[in-house]
Amino acid sequence: MSVTADKVRQRAEADARAHGIYLNPDQGFLGDLVEGLRRNEERYGYPSCPCRPATGVFDQDRDIICPCDYRDPDVAEYGQCYCCLYVDSKTHDTGEIKPIPERRPQEKMFPGETGPKQPAAEAKAPQPMAMRLWYCKQCGYVVFREEPPYVCPICRAKREFFAEVRLTAERGTT
Amino acid sequence: MPTNKVEGPKKEHRVFLYTLSTCVWCKKTKELLRESGVEYEYLDVDTCSSEERRSALDSLRSRNAQIGFPIIIVDDKTLITGYKPDEIREALEL
Repeated sequence: MSVTADKVRQRAEADARAHGIYLNPDQGFLGDLVEGLRRNEERYGYPSCPCRPATGVFDQDRDIICPCDYRDPDVAEYGQCYCCLYVDSKTHDTGEIKPIPERRPQEKMFPGETGPKQPAAEAKAPQPMAMRLWYCKQCGYVVFREEPPYVCPICRAKREFFAEVRLTAERGTT
Repeated sequence: MPTNKVEGPKKEHRVFLYTLSTCVWCKKTKELLRESGVEYEYLDVDTCSSEERRSALDSLRSRNAQIGFPIIIVDDKTLITGYKPDEIREALEL
């Protein structure tokens, strides 16, 4: 059974509340965003950003699954996220919503889909990525991914608080 | 490349859009053109075939275009990324 628009909206509302932010106050705009998320969850299996190109390969789309990796820094800098689902209290009150620059790196857009000779992206194995362990120096949260998150999901510390975990060989071996 | 054409009385410029079917900024761009009576063609790159998508990406990358939606190409030379009503109106002399 696929997810309903109501469910998507309730999930976003709960997440906004938990983070002290709001949903887009323009109900028409919000309805379109919720429907886009619902549609993406239906076709990809996860609610990727309605305003960004998804590949359908989870590992390549992970950063744009809503709430995306870029939401918190965008809300902090622009008072809203890229697609405008989430806004801060000031934007919520003024209703001044506008397109903002894309923070997602260009190399993440359709990776591998460059030449006509390549097989379909859907059939392709995910690209190997340099996965590393990162830990939050403030709360100890550990995450295994290419880059540290912009904001610690546990204690809200900024990206600068993350350091790479370096596993060293056991002492005593020769 | 099979695309969708939206007829309009204003045909002075050739207007092509690369869009996502779920993107609200893309929807607003289409609305702006429709309300202005501008004829345009568009390709929803998330619902087209993978061949069409690759062809679109090759074309965009050959122009060194930043990938972000919508992408508006006017007369095959002016390229606007994102919903920028002022730039769109200027390019189309609206």
